[in-house]
Amino acid sequence: MALSGIQIYKMLPKTNCKECGFPTCLAFAMKLAAKQVELSACPHVSEESKAQLAESSAPPVRLVTLKSNGYQAAAGNEVVLFRHEKKFFHMPGLFIRVKDDLTSEQIKAKLAPAEAYEVDYVGLELTLDGFAVESVTGDAAAFATAVQAVNAVSHRPLILMSSDPDVIAAGLAAADCEIPLICAADGDNWEAMAGLAKEHKAALVVNGRTLDELADLTEKIKATGVEDLVLNPIGDNLSQRLALSTQIRRLALKKNFRALGYPLFVAPMDGEDIAYQSILAAQGIAKYGGFVVIDYFAPELAYPLLVLRQNIYTDPQKPIQVQPGLYEINDPTPESPVLVTTNFSITYFSVANEVDGSGLPAWLLVTEAEGMSVLTAWAAGKFDAERIAKDVKRFNVADKVANKRIVLPGHTAVLSGELEEELPGWEIKVGPREAVDIPAFMKQVLA
Amino acid sequence: MPVQIPKDKWPGQVRVATIGATEADGGTRTSVITVGGEKALPFMHFEAEMPYRPVIALEIKDRKPDDWSPLLLETWGEAMDAPGAWAKAAEAAGADMLQLSLSLTGVDGEPNTPDKAVTAVQSVLNSSGLPLAVFGPGQKEADNELLVPVAEATKGERIALGICEDKNYRTIVATAMANDHLVTARAPMDVNLSKQLNILITDMGLPLERIIMDPTTGALGYGIEYGYSVMERLRLAALQGDTMTQLPMIVTPGFEAWKAKESKVGTGVPAAWGDWLERAINWETLTAVALLESGADILVLRHPESVRRVRMAIEELMEAEELRLATGN
Ligand code: B12
Ligand code: SF4
Repeated sequence: MALSGIQIYKMLPKTNCKECGFPTCLAFAMKLAAKQVELSACPHVSEESKAQLAESSAPPVRLVTLKSNGYQAAAGNEVVLFRHEKKFFHMPGLFIRVKDDLTSEQIKAKLAPAEAYEVDYVGLELTLDGFAVESVTGDAAAFATAVQAVNAVSHRPLILMSSDPDVIAAGLAAADCEIPLICAADGDNWEAMAGLAKEHKAALVVNGRTLDELADLTEKIKATGVEDLVLNPIGDNLSQRLALSTQIRRLALKKNFRALGYPLFVAPMDGEDIAYQSILAAQGIAKYGGFVVIDYFAPELAYPLLVLRQNIYTDPQKPIQVQPGLYEINDPTPESPVLVTTNFSITYFSVANEVDGSGLPAWLLVTEAEGMSVLTAWAAGKFDAERIAKDVKRFNVADKVANKRIVLPGHTAVLSGELEEELPGWEIKVGPREAVDIPAFMKQVLA
Repeated sequence: MPVQIPKDKWPGQVRVATIGATEADGGTRTSVITVGGEKALPFMHFEAEMPYRPVIALEIKDRKPDDWSPLLLETWGEAMDAPGAWAKAAEAAGADMLQLSLSLTGVDGEPNTPDKAVTAVQSVLNSSGLPLAVFGPGQKEADNELLVPVAEATKGERIALGICEDKNYRTIVATAMANDHLVTARAPMDVNLSKQLNILITDMGLPLERIIMDPTTGALGYGIEYGYSVMERLRLAALQGDTMTQLPMIVTPGFEAWKAKESKVGTGVPAAWGDWLERAINWETLTAVALLESGADILVLRHPESVRRVRMAIEELMEAEELRLATGN
C-alpha cells in the first residue's frame, strides 16, 4: 500500500532541520507521498525507515529487465488497467521459441532471419526482442548445444525453458546472456530453480494453475532472495488466460498485492498452430503480457504484432508526431511540386514513403496540425487554408520553388478555393485521396 | 496462500438487441442474432454471465467493388457479380450475419437507384436466411434516397439500417421506426459524441433496443488504439450505469484493415512485410481480435479466413466453465 504523508512523517527524524529543502519534516513527507521528491534528499532518515519506505514505494508491478550484450527487454512497472487512464509503459518483449530436438544447423537456419528482422513503422525500426529455447529432449547436453546454436546467431536476451533444474543449469552455463529468463519454477522444483536464478542473477518464471499457487510460490522464492520473478498463470484457453491475467493485474494495482506484483509470461502450448498463436500473442499484447513467446517466425506475422504492440503502448495523450517543416524527397529542384500534409506521424510516413517510392522529386510541406491526421485535423480546424498558407510562409516555401504548384490531399479538396485566395500566384492542385495513389498521380498529373 | 479475488460489481448492463426476424416474428430469416446483455467487461465470466456471444458479419456489396484489394476479388470471384450469389458464398464462409453496403454508382458508372437497391437487397434476402444490415453509400442524399425504399420493401425483417451520423440520421431513423427495423449509429471515436447521437435518435422515438452503436474504428497501424480505448471507455460508462452508452457495439475492422496499404497492395512494398495474403489476413484478424477484447459485439469482416480465425477466438473466449482462480478446480 502506498503510504500517506502522515504515515511517512512518522518515520522521518522530525527535527525540521530543513536540509531537504523543506521547512519541516511534515512538508517533506507530503511531497514524498505525492512522489514529487526522492527520499534521498533527507540525509538523516534511519536505515530502518529507508527500508520500510522503499518497500512501500516499490511499484505495484515489479520491473523485470532481461539483459544481454547491450540488448534488453523490460516488462512491468505498469500503473493502470486501461491505457486511457494514463498509458502502458513497458512494451512486452516478443520472443521466438526453438526446441532442442532440432540440430544446430536447423536452429541457426530458423533463427537467423528472425534475428536479422527489422521493419520500419512510422520511422521506427522495429525488431524482435530475443529467443526462447525449450528442452523437449530432457537432455542437458542437447539443451546446452541448442543454446549455443542460438547464441551463434543472436546475442539478444534468452529464455531457457525446462522443468528440470539440471537441464537449466547446463543451459545457463552455455548461455551468453547477462540476465536470462529461466522458465520455470513450479511446486516441485522451485528451490533448485530459485538457487540457479540466484547464482546466475537470472530472472525466473513461476508456473501456477491458480492464483493461490502462484502467490505461494512467489512468496517462498522471494524469501530466498530472488526478486525478479515473472508469472505464468496457466490457462487452458483464451478465456482462462484473459481472466487470470486480468485478476493478477487488478490485484497488483488495486490491492497492491505484492505476491502477484510481477509481469506476465505468455507462451503457446504444444501443437497450437500459427493462426492460433497469432491470436494468443495479440491478446497477450493488449491484455497485460510482459514476455510473449511464439513458435513461428514469419515477417507477415512479426510485422502486425510489432505494430499492434506499438499502437497499444503509445501515449493516449500525445499522438506520435513529426516536426513540421519543408521536407525534401528525392532531391527536389525549384521545378518540383509541393505536396502538403499534416504532422501526424502515420500520415507523414504514409505520404513520404509513397513519394519516396515513386522515385520522383518533391517538396513535402508538413504543417503544424497538432499531430492529427488530415481529416481529423480538418474537422478540428487545425488544417485549413489559412494555416497551410501560414506554414508556406513560415517555412519560406516560395523561395525554394520557381514553379509554384501545391498539391492538397484528396480528402480536403474543399480547401482549394480558399487556398487560392490565401496564396495568390500559386496553382492549387487536388491530389488523390489515398497515399497509395500518389505515385501514379505524380507521374500522370505532375509530370 | 488464499488469494481474495476482486470482483467488480457493476450497476449497469448493456441492452440486448436482436437483428433479423424469423417467420414467426413477421420476417423471413432462418436465423437471427442477439447481442448485448453484458454485465461485466468482455469475457469476465467469473463476474457475470455473458449471455450472448459476439457475432461475425461479412460485408458484401450490391455489385463488384472498384476499390477492394485484388486478394478479396480473387477470394470471392464470380460471386461478387451478383449480390445474391455473394450472400450465399458469405453464408457458406461461416458468417453469422451479412452487412450489405450499397454503392453510389453501378458498374456502368450511373448513379444507383432505389429500384436497383431494393432488387439487390431482395436478392440477398432470397439467397440467404441470415440476418442483415444494410449500409448506404455514405453520402447524405444517396443514403436517404436508397435506404428509405429498402426499408419499406423489407418491412418487418428487422434489418439494421446504417449509417446514422450526427449530420444525417433523421430520415433513416424515421424509416426504421415505420418499418420495424434497427439502426446503427456512428460517432467519430468519442464517448460524448456517441451519447449525444443516441440521445438524438431516441428523442425521435426509436427505442434504445433498436440502436446498435458504432464507435468508429481504425485499422492496426492506422489509429486502432483510439478506437480500442474509446470502446473500453464506452463499455465502462455503460457498466457504471450511463444509459445512453448501454448499447451493443458494431465495428468494421474488415473495411478499415483492407483499406490499409499492408492489405491492399502486394507489389512494391518492403520485403519485411512478408507474404501478402497472410499479412492481409493477419491485419484484419488482429484488428478484429483487439476490438473483440475491448468490447465489440458485432465485427464486420471481409475475408473468409479471417472469419474462421476470429470465430476460433470468440469460441475460446466464450468458454465460461467455472474458472479456477483462487482455489483450484
Ligand atoms: C483516429 C481518428 C481520430 C483520433 C485522432 C488521431 C490523430 N492523431 O489524428 C481522435 C480519436 C483523437 C479523433 C478525434 C476527432 N475526429 Co477523428 N478520426 C480518426 C479516424 C478513425 C482515423 C484517422 C487516421 O488516423 N487515419 C489515418 C491517416 C494516415 O489518414 P490521413 O491523415 O487522412 O492520410 C491519408 C490520406 O489523407 C492521404 N494523404 C495524407 N496527406 C496527403 C497529402 C497529399 C498531397 C495527398 C495526395 C494525400 C495525402 O494519405 C494517407 C494514407 O492514405 C478517422 C476515421 C477513419 N477510419 O478514417 C476519424 C475522422 C477523421 N475523425 C473525424 C472527426 C469529426 C473527429 C473529431 C472532430 C470529433 C470531435 N468532434 O471531437 C475529433 C477532432 C479532434 C479534436 N477536436 O481534437 C471525422 C472527420 C469527418 C470529416 N470528413 O470531416 C472522421 C473521418 C470520422 C468520421 N467518419 O466521422 N479522430
Ligand atoms: S532533511 Fe530530513 S530531518 Fe531534515 S527537515 Fe527534511 S525531512 Fe526532516
